[in-house]
Amino acid sequence: MQDMTPINTAEASERRAIKISAKEVTVHYGAKQALFGVDLDIEENQVTSLIGPSGCGKSTFLRCLNRMNDTIDICSVGGQIRLGDINIYDPKVDVVELRARVGMVFQKPNPFPKSIFENIAYGPRIHGLCRDKSDMEEVVVSSLQKAGLFDEVKDRLDEPGTGLSGGQQQRLCIARAIAVSPEVILMDEPCSALDPIATAKVEELIDELRENYTIVIVTHSMQQAARVSQRTAFFHLGNIVEEGPTEQIFTMPKDQRTQDYITGRFG
Amino acid sequence: MSDHIVTSYDDDLKELAGKISEMGGRAERLVEDSIAALVRMDMVKASETVEKDTIINSLDQEIEEKAVLTIARRQPMAHDLREIISALRISVDLERIADLGKNIARRTLALEGKKQPKQLVHGIEHMAELALTQLRTVLDAYTGRDDVAAIGVWHKDREVDALYNSLFREFLTYMMEDPRNISFCTHLLFCAKNLERIGDHATNIAETIYYLKTGLPLEDRHFEENEQLDLD
Amino acid sequence: MTDLSVPPAQSTAQMPRDYGLKKRYASEARFKLYGMIAIGMGLLFLTLLFVSIITKGYTAFEQTKIQLSLTLDEKILDPAGTRDPKQLAKAIRYNKIIEPAFYQAIGLDPKDKAQKADRKLAKKIISRGAAIELRDMVLDNPDLIGTTQSVWILASGDVDSFVKGQISRQTDEKRRQIKDKQIAWIDALLDQGIMDKKFNSGLFTFGASSRPETAGIGVAVIGSLFMMGIVLVLALPIGVAASIYLEEFAPKNKWTDLIEVNINNLAAVPSIVFGLLGLAVFINFAGLPRSASIVGGLVLTLMTLPTIIIATRSALKAVPPSIREAALGVGASKTQTIFHHVLPLASPGILTGTIIGLAQALGETAPLLMIGMVAFVKDIPVSPLDPATALPVQIYMWAGAAERAFVERTSAAILILLAFLAIMNISAVLLRRRFERRW
Repeated sequence: MQDMTPINTAEASERRAIKISAKEVTVHYGAKQALFGVDLDIEENQVTSLIGPSGCGKSTFLRCLNRMNDTIDICSVGGQIRLGDINIYDPKVDVVELRARVGMVFQKPNPFPKSIFENIAYGPRIHGLCRDKSDMEEVVVSSLQKAGLFDEVKDRLDEPGTGLSGGQQQRLCIARAIAVSPEVILMDEPCSALDPIATAKVEELIDELRENYTIVIVTHSMQQAARVSQRTAFFHLGNIVEEGPTEQIFTMPKDQRTQDYITGRFG
Repeated sequence: MSDHIVTSYDDDLKELAGKISEMGGRAERLVEDSIAALVRMDMVKASETVEKDTIINSLDQEIEEKAVLTIARRQPMAHDLREIISALRISVDLERIADLGKNIARRTLALEGKKQPKQLVHGIEHMAELALTQLRTVLDAYTGRDDVAAIGVWHKDREVDALYNSLFREFLTYMMEDPRNISFCTHLLFCAKNLERIGDHATNIAETIYYLKTGLPLEDRHFEENEQLDLD
Repeated sequence: MTDLSVPPAQSTAQMPRDYGLKKRYASEARFKLYGMIAIGMGLLFLTLLFVSIITKGYTAFEQTKIQLSLTLDEKILDPAGTRDPKQLAKAIRYNKIIEPAFYQAIGLDPKDKAQKADRKLAKKIISRGAAIELRDMVLDNPDLIGTTQSVWILASGDVDSFVKGQISRQTDEKRRQIKDKQIAWIDALLDQGIMDKKFNSGLFTFGASSRPETAGIGVAVIGSLFMMGIVLVLALPIGVAASIYLEEFAPKNKWTDLIEVNINNLAAVPSIVFGLLGLAVFINFAGLPRSASIVGGLVLTLMTLPTIIIATRSALKAVPPSIREAALGVGASKTQTIFHHVLPLASPGILTGTIIGLAQALGETAPLLMIGMVAFVKDIPVSPLDPATALPVQIYMWAGAAERAFVERTSAAILILLAFLAIMNISAVLLRRRFERRW
């Protein structure tokens, strides 16, 4: 009986290894501050979902984790984010290497306008992960298999990736991210442009990928967060209001703001 | 708690809570009526009471449908979800309470023309009062979302149980004294048992209210408090 | 609150409301009409332009020629028998072959002194370029000497105009370039089929000439092609590189803003100013030859650069940011992202911009005037350093010439220029479509 209570499972899951540890992360876009000292530990081989109203900083925080914010000129990041034992904002850290370790899947499926094969082969090629052609083929096939897409596209690897359906495109993007063998996969609202069936397939995939990868997902759908994630962090106005096991966040949130948000009372 | 952004969602939840309150009121009156009929051996009232149970059954049906629909439509989370689940559970308890009340009325009809000792009926009446108080308190606690009152009801169930035990011994004595009392006393014993069950359902409702309020089952807390009580 | 607002809303709902629909539809129809009128006007003027140019110009593709059987007598052409090109190049000797042959064709005696005046008149029917054409033929193939060849030789420009009906028979003889006697001969020759209109290949191969029948756009086309080549080789890489840097790498600050504004302004600078710049920098300072297509190419490069930069930048901007994110997301560096993904996607736009810039440069006249490309160049240029003209300049020069036959040549040259522009624009469209299909 005791083990069934949510609080105890929370304690149990805290024993997992920490993959990414963010401390006092602040982000400024020019004069505007987007994050106000966010602390978050992301556990290994778990799906962590970041929820919150629009403009709460969850996507900004996600983009800090692989330094995608670097591409925005006016963006400056403070605090510390540790991936394993490196601080990813250390000047010595190479962004390209970091992004090979921390892959990303975006809101809109964005396959390259090239063949399905090329889409996946691109990452391993630029990182020099494959020695020869057969090596490359192996990586492409296994990535597609892991993304659950291989059976659907095996006869048309030469066709353009943009010709696939939205859900297939998104899984292609996931396969592309997997191809460079990252440790962490960041997903920025990966299903917001997909229909429910495609969404379900992607969610199923996320659940399978958890075994080998650490996944951080930003989502606007609380049902989705509840379905796919083990831990949930609720962002509001650039802060984390509450973070904990998903079942607790969605059944007994401790903070009134979390409660109001997930039950649809915000504003 | 502030309102939902979608006002019709609030309306759904309010309607559900309103139906529970109505059902509670009806169940309470049904039990009252059945006890009154028993005490006064009012056969007309007893048969009326039996009839009334169908209204409560249909209310139970309505609540279940409404709850299922609301879950399907709103995908409730956290407190809202507990609200709906609680309504479902309480309606089941109330339906059972009404059934037990109807049962008492039926037994009243079976007792028609039989002579009965006043004291025994008084004992039943006393127990009914206690059970009904429990029911009333717990329904008020539901309306007020008052988990403290609910805990009170939960603890007080022991008194109902104790009263039932003493009544049981009393009936046994009577039956041993005069075998002619057996049939009559057995009926009354079943009525007492029904009242005790009503008390149990009130306790269930109290547990549900506690869960609704806190998201935790009441048992855990009970153990802690029991220990404290023992220390006292 | 809400109760108060409900009754008026209901009452209006019951009454038939005036939505002003008629007015709205009428204004829409009016607007459509204006648009159709505007497009109609545009099409009308375009048709007028084409009709006038084509009717004036199509005749220039035909040239009146006279078929003569010429005996290429070695005694006349090469008395020494050495086949020395210098000897063979003496054009006057070929006249001695052509003229007697022609006199015979019209029934004149080449030696009768009484017919000397007639012969003088008859001689004017033949172009003075005919001898040169014959000479070039012999120079190409000296073995022809001693044989008899049937050759179509050029008639003079006035005869050509007369045959094409541009000089009227009704005009008073005194004011007519073609005299009555000549008309009689021409009619006779036409009847016999000895004189006829043939395809005017000379229009495409000849250089500048004061005689319309031997004037062509050969030099101008070669000059224009050289310049286009130079513009393409210089402006495309420089323009694309500049726009990539400005669009993708340069920090956004006052300096880059300033540069951007200046590039946009440069695109609007009158082209003659570029000509002045070219004159000052390339000819006076750098000492490059005047009238050479290399200078023209450089000036046109300067003029085309802003167009290409603007087109390339907008093509780069049009590449969806999601593609950049995708590439960065798998760990591509910025340069890899641009060269592997952004540039290929932008290439149709860049190509279109470049071809349109080239077409613009092809039609440009003013800056070329400044650097002396308005020259009388007879010889086909072999390298960009040789003097040359350009198509539009040639048109400009012919438009100022007096002879009747130059009028049709002007229009023909315009037609050819338009054809070039059309080919370039069509290829822009085709290239764009092909690349877009690939992606």
